[in-house]
Amino acid sequence: MNFPLRRTSAQSLASAVFRLREIGILFALGAAVAFFAIRAPNFLSTGNWQGIAQNVAIVIVVGVGETLVVLTRNIDLSVGSIVGLTAYLSAATFAHHTGASVALVALIAIAIGFGLGLVNGLLVAVARVPAIIATLATLAIYRGVDVQITGGGNITAYQLPDRFLKLASTKPVGVPTLAWIAAGVAIVGAAAVRWAPWSRDFYAIGSNPEAARFAGIPVGRRVITAFAISGALAGLGGFLFASRFPTVDAVAAKGFELDVITAVVIGGVNVFGGSGTMLGVVLGALLVATIQDGFTLLRISEFWRLFFNGFAIVVAVTIDALVTRRLQEALRRRRAEALAARHLEAGT
Amino acid sequence: MTEPGGTPLLELRGVTKTYGGVQALADVGFAIQPATVHALVGENGAGKSTLVKIVTGVIHPDDGELLIDGAPTRVGDPQAAHRLGIVAMYQEPTVFPDLTVAENVFAGRHPRSGVRTVDWRALRIEASRILDELGVDFGPDTPVRGLGVADRQLLEIAKALSSSARLLIMDEPTAALSPNEVENLFATVRRLRERGVAIVFISHRLEEVTLIADTVTILRDGRHVATQPAAELSHGAIVRLMVGRSLDALFPKEEAEIGDVVFRAGGLSRGGVFSKVSFELRRGEIVGLAGFVGSGRTEVARSIFGIDPLDTGRLWIEGEEFRPRSPRAALRRGLAYLPEDRLHQGLVQPMSVGKNVSMAVLPELTPGGFLRPRRERALARRFMNQLRIKATSPAQIVRSLSGGNQQKVVLSKWLAADPKILILDEPTHGVDVGTKADVHRTISHLAAQGLTILLISSELLEVLGMSDRILVMREGRLVAEIGRAEATQERVIAAAAGVAEAAA
Repeated sequence: MNFPLRRTSAQSLASAVFRLREIGILFALGAAVAFFAIRAPNFLSTGNWQGIAQNVAIVIVVGVGETLVVLTRNIDLSVGSIVGLTAYLSAATFAHHTGASVALVALIAIAIGFGLGLVNGLLVAVARVPAIIATLATLAIYRGVDVQITGGGNITAYQLPDRFLKLASTKPVGVPTLAWIAAGVAIVGAAAVRWAPWSRDFYAIGSNPEAARFAGIPVGRRVITAFAISGALAGLGGFLFASRFPTVDAVAAKGFELDVITAVVIGGVNVFGGSGTMLGVVLGALLVATIQDGFTLLRISEFWRLFFNGFAIVVAVTIDALVTRRLQEALRRRRAEALAARHLEAGT
Repeated sequence: MTEPGGTPLLELRGVTKTYGGVQALADVGFAIQPATVHALVGENGAGKSTLVKIVTGVIHPDDGELLIDGAPTRVGDPQAAHRLGIVAMYQEPTVFPDLTVAENVFAGRHPRSGVRTVDWRALRIEASRILDELGVDFGPDTPVRGLGVADRQLLEIAKALSSSARLLIMDEPTAALSPNEVENLFATVRRLRERGVAIVFISHRLEEVTLIADTVTILRDGRHVATQPAAELSHGAIVRLMVGRSLDALFPKEEAEIGDVVFRAGGLSRGGVFSKVSFELRRGEIVGLAGFVGSGRTEVARSIFGIDPLDTGRLWIEGEEFRPRSPRAALRRGLAYLPEDRLHQGLVQPMSVGKNVSMAVLPELTPGGFLRPRRERALARRFMNQLRIKATSPAQIVRSLSGGNQQKVVLSKWLAADPKILILDEPTHGVDVGTKADVHRTISHLAAQGLTILLISSELLEVLGMSDRILVMREGRLVAEIGRAEATQERVIAAAAGVAEAAA
């Protein structure tokens, strides 16, 4: 009763399609690099690459958390506000306590982000507010708190200790510290979604929430966890943001959620939940950052930068929808043919 | 299999459940012994699904109690049922399309290694073992998105097998399986029984029931009719106990003049769902489409109406070929379809009666691009009178109407488009008796006016009472066509269940 051939063909078709996404981004990335290398003279310089790495680092850190939320068929729009708020609080802490430990301030930022994410999770899982509305509301609320705390003022690089600013300026082995941190977060995130039982539940919940409930998965608790982690990583992102852009005011990281969600969606995380990889998200973030850097070097206007962001989301989601439908149809046909063949063999 | 005096694994006493005025279960009581296969049979709507939901903690009974190992027990939710060793395989497979087969089998209970991480090797090996035991031809790494209904059903069985169940409920597990797969399943069921597991087996195929079951419990209209050893029951006896009534319930069928063929379907097929379905409908005729849930009735209707694509087959309306590209195209050609799940597919609940009725004919009410509210209200009033919809005004919100009146609003919506052929899918599902008769009267009246009606219904009496002709489907194929004069409950059930008629 075994048909190893058929088994592997259906399997490889599906996994090929999933890998296709990452290969597709790599191709796009290659094309973008080639294009800018020819058009923009400074593009291939080490300094420019280090700049891209620094820009993309914070998007990746926050994107890893956002991915967990999107996997559960939810979305977190408030990450930009959490980054802004924790960036200001981190900077303000250093400004008032110049001797504060860098690790301690980072932990405080993460803890604050965690708390804000927890609020999002509770709104979605317990109060049953749709995620898009709940986090739209907290996007406004957290930003409002930020405005209130800053009181219209800002903190400048002069008020911050060198130890903290070095985080963004040092480049061990030629790679900025920020990028090392982002790589660490991405690797831990990738390992978690592969090997942590609770994070496999994220995929199940996003794939079929009702079935997840029937299977005895604590759906509410997992959704809260995803939002809390997203908040915590946004908190870490805020801390890093303050060291990268040390002049922090109430509009810091405004609209940052757009960059994060673009990276996640282009990276192939299905907006209807249930599928996506951390590698895809990292590649998605790199693609977006590379193209934006190229645009800046070529002095292409802000309009085109935003246009590209939006356009890329539309293209990515459209391709996703088409590929999913085609794949399902192809797999269904393949099975139907196999069954028909078997019926013939059995003579029914 | 067991000594009759032993403590039952599960006993129900006086279990009663009412859904919004409809009695789903009334004072049901029987016992299930360990290490037995207990078949649960009854027509659609007899209360089997409600019973399963109560036992698995999805819903709670209004009255009565459950005893597990002789002790009264409250099954709070599906997780609690799992802990008690009660596992159900649902009729509608609950799978995760984005995950692999192995992960589906162990969703929420991944095998773990040392540091509480997912043990992928163990996951695949365990899943393979269960799949081999079932004798299926897909592997643990197959993406579930590509599996058809039958394979998903097998996957459900694998899921149930992977948990250590004491009571395994199988709701129509064989509905979509090939004979080979059914054999494998039965071998597995027998193995489980030897291990002491009690299996509740729900099936419409009576030969399967007598083949596998030790005990048979029959439900009818939410009541417990009998629990007897399977060996003492013939197919005929089971059918008689299931049906119980005779056809003297009143069905106000008006005489309608039956005219020319207005609709013809030739060789309709959709891969894995239905195949080679051909039939004709005549003007003024009511044709019943019978068959058990999952036999492909609804799927055929959806494809005719252009909701799902057909793989092969042709359709003609009044002699002209028609390609069902979209519901919009179907409507334009005079087809209308009243879906089964009216609350989700047929109505916009928070909108008014008038807005719902006018939905399919808005262009006619909007000369020059603006809606004429007066015309909309007039249209709604016309149907409120014609179908006797109990609503205070066309402005009343649909949500606040009773089920039967909501059904009439859906009907009005499609009638407003002035169709030639009306497909009704379970038009009286879940409505009370009074409204039911009302809906039947309306259907009959419409046919008398020359409308052609294809009536899909799980309720035998309704099909028999209303139809001029009955088509019966089984496993995606049209298996019988029975004229009004020859139609009996036994004949239709026998055709739908695939048993020799002599037995019934």
